[in-house]
Amino acid sequence: MKKERMNFKNLREYLAWLYYQYLLITGIYVLEPWEKSIFNSILFSAIAMVVYTSYVFVPIHVRLALEFFLGIFGGQLESTMALMT
Amino acid sequence: MATTAADGNLKPYLRKNGVKCEHIGKNGYHNHKEKNGQGTGVASRRHKHEPFEQAPMYVAVLTYLGFGIVTLFGYLRDFLRAVGLEKCNIAQEREKQKDFVPLYQDFENFYTRNLYMRVRDNWNRPICSLPGPVFDLMERVSDDYNWTFRYCNRVIYDRHTVNSINSLRYMDSIHEELEQLVANFLGVESAMTYGMGFATNSMNIPALVGKGCLILSDELNHTSLILGARLSGATIRVFKHNNMQSLEKMLKEAVCSGQPRTHRPWKKILIVVEGIYSMEGSVVRLPEVIALKKKYKAYLYLDEAHSIGAVGQTGRGVTELFNVNTADVDVMMGTFTKSFGASGGYIAGKKELVDYLRTHSHSAVYATAMSPPATEQIIRAMKCIMGKDGSTEGMRRIRQLAENAKYFRSRLKEMGFIIYGNDDSPVVPVLLYMPAKVVAFAREMLARKIGVVVVGFPATPITEARARFCVSAAHTRDMLNRVLDCMNEVGDLLCLKFSRRKYSPQPDLCDETDFELDS
Repeated sequence: MKKERMNFKNLREYLAWLYYQYLLITGIYVLEPWEKSIFNSILFSAIAMVVYTSYVFVPIHVRLALEFFLGIFGGQLESTMALMT
Repeated sequence: MATTAADGNLKPYLRKNGVKCEHIGKNGYHNHKEKNGQGTGVASRRHKHEPFEQAPMYVAVLTYLGFGIVTLFGYLRDFLRAVGLEKCNIAQEREKQKDFVPLYQDFENFYTRNLYMRVRDNWNRPICSLPGPVFDLMERVSDDYNWTFRYCNRVIYDRHTVNSINSLRYMDSIHEELEQLVANFLGVESAMTYGMGFATNSMNIPALVGKGCLILSDELNHTSLILGARLSGATIRVFKHNNMQSLEKMLKEAVCSGQPRTHRPWKKILIVVEGIYSMEGSVVRLPEVIALKKKYKAYLYLDEAHSIGAVGQTGRGVTELFNVNTADVDVMMGTFTKSFGASGGYIAGKKELVDYLRTHSHSAVYATAMSPPATEQIIRAMKCIMGKDGSTEGMRRIRQLAENAKYFRSRLKEMGFIIYGNDDSPVVPVLLYMPAKVVAFAREMLARKIGVVVVGFPATPITEARARFCVSAAHTRDMLNRVLDCMNEVGDLLCLKFSRRKYSPQPDLCDETDFELDS
């Protein structure tokens, strides 16, 4: 796709074009403005919830997972050491 | 199938050489055909290159997503209308009729109410000049999202159109003269004309076949053919589009097993195909269909609505394009709407066929004749094409059309759009897929002063919305270039260049479409 041929004078124009693509792809382009707002607010709140949940829970889950795997391998190391001595 | 067709044509020539010579001497047409016998192998291989490129997967997913979201909002609006929070502007059943079978509740009406009505400013635009390559549009504005329109008393001048089907551009005993002329033009024994092209198909197929006959029709046949087939009462079987393996399998099965329960042989087997398919731009594989028809002793009905006057060296249609003897096609049907700039249709073939149709066709008996001005228009246009009016205008237009079609197609393919159809056909569908892009495309092109025709469901499958271009002989190279430049711009703006092929200027040498194993 030769999008480089389009000259975007500034970031605003590029963002406006991206928003236009979003409208076209999801099909919202054909809806009335109040319907567009409803869809945008639902989508935005869903994304905000996903971001918030990942911010709250992902570090904890990663830490627990690391502890779990370290526990297994650490345990192996300890038992082999015990066998050798 | 290509080899079978080639053998079928060459073998009699080689074996019965002595006997054939007499026929060659008597009938100049046969002579002409035999000389070109080997040549058509290469030409028809080129004609068969008709890729139907599939779009990338993400396009299909996003198309469904777009339709899904709009459908959800459609349900929301229907709910609001049912509850009474919103006024319903579309036709509804009256209170008294609520106990009858509902008229407005199926998917087509849902689709019309909730998708088509939102965007219908792109269709049925009123024009106020004559429909030539450039025309004037009336400007209209809607205050309530396309439920009603208001005219602004202004006119938009000079819109170029790439959507008219009027390819070659022209506007008593007169009917007899016309029928004689049509028969001469096509190279058949006799012809009969009707006032309406749709009615030619839908009223004559019932006159030709009835119960106990079999109709094998192509997947993508026009509504008039389907209606005619259903009205006739014959059994209808559909074969895959332009797929000769599928057709042969069905013919074999029909000849071997006969009618469904009684296993009696079919009274008639009629193969119904079109010359150029209007929504795809693909051309029928005529030599192969004729070889199959001869092998299994079936009849062929060829609908040349889009191809008569538009393809072939002298504009005689697909029979000339493939160098096929017109006596091999049993029923040749066509319309005068497209290339001749008038209205009406014709059926041509052997004299016995046409004489039978004069008495038994429903159109002939119940409908009115073609109007005299339209008849005169067709006579003039046909004489011009044949060169009988003393000028070379007809040939010039045909050559211009062929050049325009090739140029337009190749440039669009180079740019990266997905195009369906044969390289020679003047009907060029550009696939757009997503519903919102279809609408945005029409509006953007109008803003650049170009009128286009976009087509969606129900004329095409729901996920294959397209813009259909029909090039004509009146379009100059400049106009085409202008349209192509705008297409390029709009294609980049809306991200419509889905093609994944690398376009090379050399034609492909392999016939991959002949080895399809699905049937």
